[in-house]
Amino acid sequence: MRGWFLPLAVAFGFIFLYAPIISLVVFSFNESRLVTVWGGFSTRWYGELLRDRQILGAAWVSLQVAFASATLATIIGTLGAFVLTRFSSFTGRLLLTGMITAPLVMPEVITGLSLLLLFVSMEMTLGWPAGRGLPTIIIAHTTFCAAFVAVIAQSRLRSMDESLEEAARDLGAGPVRVFFDITLPVIAPALVAGWLLAFTLSLDDLVIASFVSGPGASTLPMVIFSKVRLGVSPDINALATIIIGFVLVAVVIAGWLMRRGMRQGE
Amino acid sequence: MSQPAIAADTKPWRREGARAFISVRGVTKRFDDFTAVSDVDLDIYKGELFCLLGESGCGKSTLLRMLAGFEQPTTGAITIDGEDMARVPPDRRPTNMMFQSYALFPHMSVEKNVAYGLLREGLAKSEAYHRAGEMLRMVKLEKLARRKPDQLSGGQRQRVALARALVKRPKLLLLDEPLGALDKKLREETQFELIKIQETLGVTFIVVTHDQDEAMTLATRIGVMKDGKIEQIGEPREIYETPNSRFVADFIGSVNLFEGTVEAVAPDMMRIETQGLGPVLLPPQGGLTRGQQVWGAVRPERFALSRSKPENTPNAWQGVVEEMGYIGHMSQYRIRLANGVLIRASQSNRLRDEDPISWDEQVWISVQPSAFRVLTQ
Repeated sequence: MRGWFLPLAVAFGFIFLYAPIISLVVFSFNESRLVTVWGGFSTRWYGELLRDRQILGAAWVSLQVAFASATLATIIGTLGAFVLTRFSSFTGRLLLTGMITAPLVMPEVITGLSLLLLFVSMEMTLGWPAGRGLPTIIIAHTTFCAAFVAVIAQSRLRSMDESLEEAARDLGAGPVRVFFDITLPVIAPALVAGWLLAFTLSLDDLVIASFVSGPGASTLPMVIFSKVRLGVSPDINALATIIIGFVLVAVVIAGWLMRRGMRQGE
Repeated sequence: MSQPAIAADTKPWRREGARAFISVRGVTKRFDDFTAVSDVDLDIYKGELFCLLGESGCGKSTLLRMLAGFEQPTTGAITIDGEDMARVPPDRRPTNMMFQSYALFPHMSVEKNVAYGLLREGLAKSEAYHRAGEMLRMVKLEKLARRKPDQLSGGQRQRVALARALVKRPKLLLLDEPLGALDKKLREETQFELIKIQETLGVTFIVVTHDQDEAMTLATRIGVMKDGKIEQIGEPREIYETPNSRFVADFIGSVNLFEGTVEAVAPDMMRIETQGLGPVLLPPQGGLTRGQQVWGAVRPERFALSRSKPENTPNAWQGVVEEMGYIGHMSQYRIRLANGVLIRASQSNRLRDEDPISWDEQVWISVQPSAFRVLTQ
């Protein structure tokens, strides 16, 4: 019974997860304009994609947002993780522990809506941000990406031998010096992994971006979503294939870096 | 008791009024409701190699971490070379520490690891690397200066850690189980190397260890710790020969303990009545009164085994060899006396061709009066 059940279960699982993606990749090389009819192999839609100003513009917006928010999230998440792992007791520690991971479990609709309300009321009282666009999407993405980075950085900081930091203190380095000389280089692989994860999460996000974006600042997922509503066109398949490629590479690198970092920590 | 001048110089703790280099006064450390170190007083002199010895959890590492500045005493004071350490952070203390895990910085080469402390002192790069190189030569690692820590063996890492801790010429070097991660053979070699380095540089060492052999070999003096308190401080020989409690007697080496009461005290002899051995004659020991409850302690190697009744001591008993273990340089015996008491004895094997006492033999077991140590607690 075990002889055939396990392989079958694995095969079924893989088909369930990846058959849609594989069919999407296959149909991105379809010659035919009709998405469901195979008309022979072609890279025609990739060419069309490159001539589409709207999509290229949205891709540029998405990359800018992803780059900026991943970087900000890495800084904020690392600091949060450092405080939570290295300072055993301070007022509000429990609250911070809860709050830093809250965005992980919060429904995106709620995060998006609350951020929109915040931006609108800030605009009315403080005059900033004037309207919604790139900056508001970056801020919104930073908030939830920071949570992911904090979780990764925390696990790395916990597994790191704390006597490394003590040894540096002992040799005459002040606390700030120790952080930059020892802690940061040692956890760097995990932070790169965290950055890559944040980058892909930001690139993926549709819901939160839809809430907080304004005219002229549509991210790639937003453009795709609006196009698909008018009917699936084959160039979307090509675009999706490219995105899958990017995300795949980033996730593989992130995973590899995280594993390497863990092994060094032992 | 007067000591020769030379001994007083190398053993300042024997000299009345000698100035302590490190002094720990009434230090207690509590973590929440757990007391790790409890009211410890300790004086350590310049140039000493002091061992804090105890089982894990006895507070020895906490005491060391308080000296390094990683923990603050709950109460009490620590002074190093006359300077109160209460408000001095670890990076400003005249101490360096060698960590049990070695704590080598994994992203820096051996050379950079060793030079790190000098660079933090504000030394010029060339000078720092020059001195790091000298220190690496002393621990015989100059060829591996460019390697990363994960490319070194355990013994090499241990020496890098030692070089890094010594390069700043600290007034006090703290070593947390410095040889704990090495295998037995390497550990023995390294012990003597460590003593040599300590004597060459004249730095005061405090070593934390749970290994009594290591403490006996390394130390000028040993502080035996238990439950956060120091049970006894003394030279290795003092600790072994004149332990002040059953715990210390049993912790350092092995010992036979016989509960009894003091029967008679005369100027030249004293008699105690023990439950295991009956009456035992031994030289008088100060501070004992008739009827007091005591324990007689005898090291296994102080017993003599013979086939005929020994004439040179009043303390002799007959028994049967119940167990025997041949170790090579010595043999260990368990002798069952007629009254059922089991005695641990050991004999060194000095001759190759002797006819050894073996299993189930009827033997006489005897002990010189002076081999007894009477303990009151």
